[in-house]
Amino acid sequence: MNKPLRRIAIFCGLLILSLMIRDNWLQYVRADELNANEHNRRVQIERFAHERGNIITADGQTITGSAETSGTDFKYKRVWKDGPMWAPVTGYDSQAFGATQLENLEDGILSGTDNRLFFDRTMSMFTGDKKKGGNVITTLNSKAQKAAFDGLGDKKGAVAAIDPRTGAILALASTPSYDPSTFAGNSKKDSTAYNALQKKADPNDPMLNRALRQTYPPGSTFKVVTAAAALENGLYSGIDDPTKSPVPYILPDTAHQPLNNEGNIPCENATLKVALQYSCNTVFGKISADLGNDKMKAEAEKFGFNKEIFNPVRTDASVFPKDNRPQNAMAGIGQASNRATPLQMAMVAAAVANDGKLMKPYMVDQLQTPNVDVLTKTQPEQMSQPMSAATAQKLQKMMEFVVTDGTGKAGQIDGVTVGGKTGTAQHGVDNKGNPYAWFISYAKSGDGSPVAVAVVIEGSDTTRDDIAGGKLAAPIAKNVMKAVLDSKK
Amino acid sequence: MSVVTNTTTIGAIEAPSRRNTELALLIFAVAIPVFAYANVGLALTGKLPSGMLGYGLGLGLMAGVAHLVVRKFARYADPLLLPIATLLNGLGLVLIWRLDQSPRLIQRAKLAWGKFSPDAPHQLLYTAIGVALFIGVLMLLKDHRILQRYTYISMAVALFLLVLPMFFPAVNGAKIWISIPGLGTIQPGEFAKIIIAIFFSGYLMVKRDALALASRRFMGLYLPRGRDLGPILVIWALSILILVFETDLGTSLLFFGLFVVMLYVATERTSWIVFGLLMSAVGAVGVASFERHVQSRVNAWLDPFACYTSDKSGACEQIGQAIMSFGSGGTLGAGLGQGNSDLIGFAANADFILSTVGEELGLAGMMALLLLYGLIVERGVRTALAARDPFGKLLAIGLSGAFALQVFVVAGGVMGLIPLTGMTMPFLAQGGSSVIANWALIGILIRISDTARRPAPAPAPSSDAEMTQVVRP
Repeated sequence: MNKPLRRIAIFCGLLILSLMIRDNWLQYVRADELNANEHNRRVQIERFAHERGNIITADGQTITGSAETSGTDFKYKRVWKDGPMWAPVTGYDSQAFGATQLENLEDGILSGTDNRLFFDRTMSMFTGDKKKGGNVITTLNSKAQKAAFDGLGDKKGAVAAIDPRTGAILALASTPSYDPSTFAGNSKKDSTAYNALQKKADPNDPMLNRALRQTYPPGSTFKVVTAAAALENGLYSGIDDPTKSPVPYILPDTAHQPLNNEGNIPCENATLKVALQYSCNTVFGKISADLGNDKMKAEAEKFGFNKEIFNPVRTDASVFPKDNRPQNAMAGIGQASNRATPLQMAMVAAAVANDGKLMKPYMVDQLQTPNVDVLTKTQPEQMSQPMSAATAQKLQKMMEFVVTDGTGKAGQIDGVTVGGKTGTAQHGVDNKGNPYAWFISYAKSGDGSPVAVAVVIEGSDTTRDDIAGGKLAAPIAKNVMKAVLDSKK
Repeated sequence: MSVVTNTTTIGAIEAPSRRNTELALLIFAVAIPVFAYANVGLALTGKLPSGMLGYGLGLGLMAGVAHLVVRKFARYADPLLLPIATLLNGLGLVLIWRLDQSPRLIQRAKLAWGKFSPDAPHQLLYTAIGVALFIGVLMLLKDHRILQRYTYISMAVALFLLVLPMFFPAVNGAKIWISIPGLGTIQPGEFAKIIIAIFFSGYLMVKRDALALASRRFMGLYLPRGRDLGPILVIWALSILILVFETDLGTSLLFFGLFVVMLYVATERTSWIVFGLLMSAVGAVGVASFERHVQSRVNAWLDPFACYTSDKSGACEQIGQAIMSFGSGGTLGAGLGQGNSDLIGFAANADFILSTVGEELGLAGMMALLLLYGLIVERGVRTALAARDPFGKLLAIGLSGAFALQVFVVAGGVMGLIPLTGMTMPFLAQGGSSVIANWALIGILIRISDTARRPAPAPAPSSDAEMTQVVRP
């Protein structure tokens, strides 16, 4: 009987061997894949097992924190200080609903799993330090952010402010907002809070980041881009040249469709400077038509239109469309299919303020290890050159004139040179919707311009006359600029 | 083989008893689980667990008594079986205790039954009963050939034990338990495994010549006569019945596999293996085509993550969790007490205890564990080779074959190599029947190995032996 016994022995050996091979397959070959499997709750458990690193403003204010929970699976949860104010910057990080924006994009650093933190993790294994995530130092200015958020108040709108010299984002506010702390856990309460914030439950859509993810018709603020296009393409040599434009201006390719101005303002044959001062639709509509769709689109794209911008949070693409001649003329005054995010319009003001150089917007200044050593520091980089320095300086004169003598007087700050442009954008079927009030501006100090800002307010119950950007939006822009200027002192 | 030759030729020299080897190995077999126990305590609470002394003493005491009994009643027994069984049982106790500390499982138990009771104390009690049975086997069973007398009684008892669970309600979809009020539940299949091996050995020893020789040759295969085919058909039908009525894939596979293995060893006819494989294939496919419980297991095996996207059936979630548990352990594991294998929830310390080993001890620990099981099987097969009587050979290969099949079916199921079946990992998993039955199994193997390695009293002079003696200088 020994021959079959030996064979059975081999068979049993093969059984054990196949188990061993299978085990190697699972625990060695597929280990990483299984460990990161989307259904593997350990990924989540590990993420919330340690104190998360914090998001900190440029002036050292800590926006976020970690709170210990009583749950069995997740030890810590995210908390925010002034959640509604900072939500458009940080995004949320919820045990049940995942993470967005900075909380998501810098999760590796914040949760401490990033490969760049490998050395720190190894060291803390030996020193026995508590495991903790690294910090994200943003470019945000807490005073400017507060001015923006308080200024918006209970109105619906958004503010974006950047430093024209570097592209550093200084403020990013959106209202109505939400407090990400309310659904950071995974209890029933969190889920109720989360569902109540969804657009289905709340038509105001508080979780929409209007500063980055909502495009509005930019209205008259876009005339700055049109003016830049006119000067760059040599349509007019100076800002005091007459523009030979009629009132009303009949849209090209139409029999009698006139483009009118708001009220009785001196726009006939006005100079560029005067046209911007009074916000003449006729003049800028004609410029856009004279330049043609291709040139207008090219100039808009140099300012950043038609593509998504990652700062690193994704910003929706602003749109300057390819269109027929009458629509193109309308797009030249920020109407028709022209749409822009508040950040995009802040970039327009910033490019003008920075003598024609558009810096790439960014909001993460530094990544830090848990021991607050600097891991990386963002170097400002130029994104494009929408206009020459000479053109930019002409535009600065025009925009500063708007604030001293034109529609933007509400943006004035004592002892500071401010350039700006108001806008009131029609929207809705037959323009029945309440218009959007815009104001874009920049302020200058000794060493160039430290702040450019764009404010948009969706008019809800204000009257149409009232809403003109100068009245609603300009004061907010002014306070944001003041906050930035004050913090420099 | 070599042992046989030695004993017939130079039988006068006494084979070493290896009892001191066993004692040395036993010290490790007790020390390793004690260290593991300390490890879990340090990982979970930062201090040594309070029950450590009691646990170490208890395990050491059981191992010591078992060793003394082996020294007294089975002097020449295989020295590896007892230490490996002790080590596996000790590690199993640590793992069960570790899972008792899991807040997730405590919460789960409270939700399901309103209270949580730790399993480790019960398991320690069952271990004691198991070791007592082991000692009983060694003391009462002076010679394994006595079991031969009970061939047909064994058959009746085994059939009774196998059929019994049919009359009790299903637990988690499988009817493999019988519940005795006041005593808890018993899994008769674990005991039937041993008893049926006794029956097969006795039966095949008598019938092996008829089965092996009275056959017609057809296409290179020996076809057995119709009346000799009878028993195999009965066993086949029985395993199908177990599968259908008790929906117990594991037990069914185990019994049929056991029978085919023993039949092959007894008759030395490869055709039995072919028949066996064909019949089990037919049976498995046939039953799987209409039995929903089996189907869901097969589906979960084919795609462990399917249930996360479609219907949420328990079987699928379990196997997916188990596989992720193994994957998360990686090469070196998370460390005892530091894994999340309790996410499986259901039967974490029973059928799925292996995923805790995988996650917390890693690939390294799993390899070591599988090697330990492999060693038990190997010592069993070696005992079969060394045994001098056909009954002993058959019984030893039957028991170690059943052990190997069980390890393969459970571990393969948990690791997603084959469809999951409701069986327990010998010695490791929580469950009284399993641990008691497996101690008895080790006891019988030790008894056979003692008889096999014991120097033959006075070798009957055979013609071969005489010739050898002639040439001896």
